Amino acid sequence: MSKELIRLADCTMAFDDEVVLDKINLYINDKEFLTLLGPSGCGKTTTLRIIGGFQTPTSGDVYFDGVRINAVPPHKRAINTVFQKYALFPHLNVYENIAFGLRIPKIDEKGKKIKLSEQEIDQRVMEMLQVVNLKGFEKRRVTSLSGGQQQRVAIARALVNRPKVLLLDEPLGALDLKLRKDMQNELKRIQQAMGITFIYVTHDQEEALAMSDTVVVMDSGRIQQIGTPEDIYNEPKNAFVADFIGESNIIDGIMREDGVVEIFNRRFQCLDKGFAKDEPVDVVIRPEDVDIVPEDQGQLKGTVTNVTFKGMQYDIIVDFYGFKWLIQTTDLSPVGSHIGIKIDPDGFHVMKKSEYSGMFGDYSSYSEEYEEISDVDYEPEEEGKEGGNEE
Amino acid sequence: MRNKLSWFAVPYVVWMALFTVAPVVMVVIYAFTTSTGGFTLDNFARMGDFAVVFARSFQMALIATLICLLIGYPLSYFMAKEGPSFQKVATVLIMLPMWMNFLLRTYAWVSILENNGLLNRLFAAIGIIDLGNLINGGLNSLCAWLNSGVLDWLNGMLGTEFVLNTARATDMTYFRMLYTQGAVVLGMVYNYLPFMVLPIYSVIVKLDNSLLEAARDLGASSSRVFRKVIFPLSLPGVLSGVTMVFVPSVSTFAISKMLGGGTKLLLGDLIELQFLGGAYNPYLGSAISLVMMVIVVVCMYVMNRFGEGEEQAVML
Repeated sequence: MSKELIRLADCTMAFDDEVVLDKINLYINDKEFLTLLGPSGCGKTTTLRIIGGFQTPTSGDVYFDGVRINAVPPHKRAINTVFQKYALFPHLNVYENIAFGLRIPKIDEKGKKIKLSEQEIDQRVMEMLQVVNLKGFEKRRVTSLSGGQQQRVAIARALVNRPKVLLLDEPLGALDLKLRKDMQNELKRIQQAMGITFIYVTHDQEEALAMSDTVVVMDSGRIQQIGTPEDIYNEPKNAFVADFIGESNIIDGIMREDGVVEIFNRRFQCLDKGFAKDEPVDVVIRPEDVDIVPEDQGQLKGTVTNVTFKGMQYDIIVDFYGFKWLIQTTDLSPVGSHIGIKIDPDGFHVMKKSEYSGMFGDYSSYSEEYEEISDVDYEPEEEGKEGGNEE
Repeated sequence: MRNKLSWFAVPYVVWMALFTVAPVVMVVIYAFTTSTGGFTLDNFARMGDFAVVFARSFQMALIATLICLLIGYPLSYFMAKEGPSFQKVATVLIMLPMWMNFLLRTYAWVSILENNGLLNRLFAAIGIIDLGNLINGGLNSLCAWLNSGVLDWLNGMLGTEFVLNTARATDMTYFRMLYTQGAVVLGMVYNYLPFMVLPIYSVIVKLDNSLLEAARDLGASSSRVFRKVIFPLSLPGVLSGVTMVFVPSVSTFAISKMLGGGTKLLLGDLIELQFLGGAYNPYLGSAISLVMMVIVVVCMYVMNRFGEGEEQAVML
């Protein structure tokens, strides 16, 4: 689990002076499920394409198993890719799509050509069809399949070559929600069953948290944080990560001393240490870490301005001294009611100030519509910049 | 599917009825009619007399189409792979001759290929004609030597009866290029090449780049990507290119008249003769064009059946 397989060292990528990746340093372990997570244009797809060999970094090095592979073309890497729009060959049926890679003669260490027999090919294709639950679809045209089925063919086509690493570029982006959840489990199952390193690109934080061993959060061509899903969620490094992963209230605060943070001119107990005395900080409070209490018992007092029923809980917006918080609660507090809140010391997460301070974590503009707009599922990333040859 | 036509379709239906359906019907009627108006199959019975012309026309059209494909496919491929600005310029350059009058640009070849035309003068100037004569002279001496007894001796040894004709006796002052079948094929290729390039180019340029990346990702070398992905997916363009070159090549008459000198008749010349020439016989002319049409339609049908799978795949 801990053997390093891929390393990116100071990888920079620029298109016409526009820096898309800025000195990325990243290592990926063998058999790891690693997710590159970030908004459109953050550089995650470019990172993937560098690993796949479709793009060469402007500067910096790529290592695979300790060997520098900057100049190795895609077809000579032990890496296969599942493309965003599947990229299945429309002129071939399901069977021939999956067999495509197997039919290519390989060259072994002695420079001898090895060609698989039809029997071997057949066996491996059938095996793969079983893995992705597509038995009986061999002779179907790929164009006659549903999105989910095409996705499975694309995964089978890549995995049948037994790569050491599988790259997946937003593979579930075009599927509907229910199918996406099923496929998430399916992918995780396949990854564990085959013992292959998966590098997964997505902008969907839930997907990233649900599937990954390691999450790499990216923005503006830089890595913002690397960690396990729990780390990323519980200990975000800056306001960007806190906002991008889940809902967060991010408040200006001052670290008075170890374990004591001040917000709204009140001091609170917290667990964070290691800041300078009176250092200005960003304080993250997750909406589910806030307890609602009667107004007179509250550490802070506020007025409810908006309530949204979410099924499992209510999302309520509460105005504290002009700053609006999102709180998730199972008890309904109607609009206009005055409430108090209590936050346990482990509910506070204190972060150093960063370039993202003040940009996120305020729910003043919160509304149903706003949330929908900001939660666009699919946006093609970095188009035009990526391939000069893409027409 | 709606079966009712909208009102907007009416002008086009009228147009097609008047200028497509009606002429075809007239050709069919004429083909089965005698000069006095009675029904006859005689016109078709005479078709055997023209078998040579049919064979020659189809053969030359086929050669022209093949040459167009051999030149046009690589050209379209590299055009599609180049940058957008190159593509624009190249498209204009390929279209440019088509903006000139067809007869005029074909006639231009006459002055290029003539016995004392541009090419021959160029060849003379750089010594190619002299070189040809030199080789010819050498061959003549060789023949003379062989015929002076060597061949007889060889035949005697092997029991064979080789005979060697002497090569061209006199020196040339020009290459004969005009009024040959080669010139006719050249004219066809020159005139119809754009119809081969444009459909192939437009199919290749629209190929999804991620398909090519996927193929490379799966381990395919560049040549394999071409053979297994690009070429099969570009077949619909090839098919329409072949159709658009082959059909007008079969029925052309201006080209063979101007560049072929009218000595070896092609179908187009033959049909023209029946309508405008001395052999005036529109009934026979109609029958010939009908037979030609049927053969072309059958060819196209077979070819389209052959490429049906790919066409479907690309359209989806």
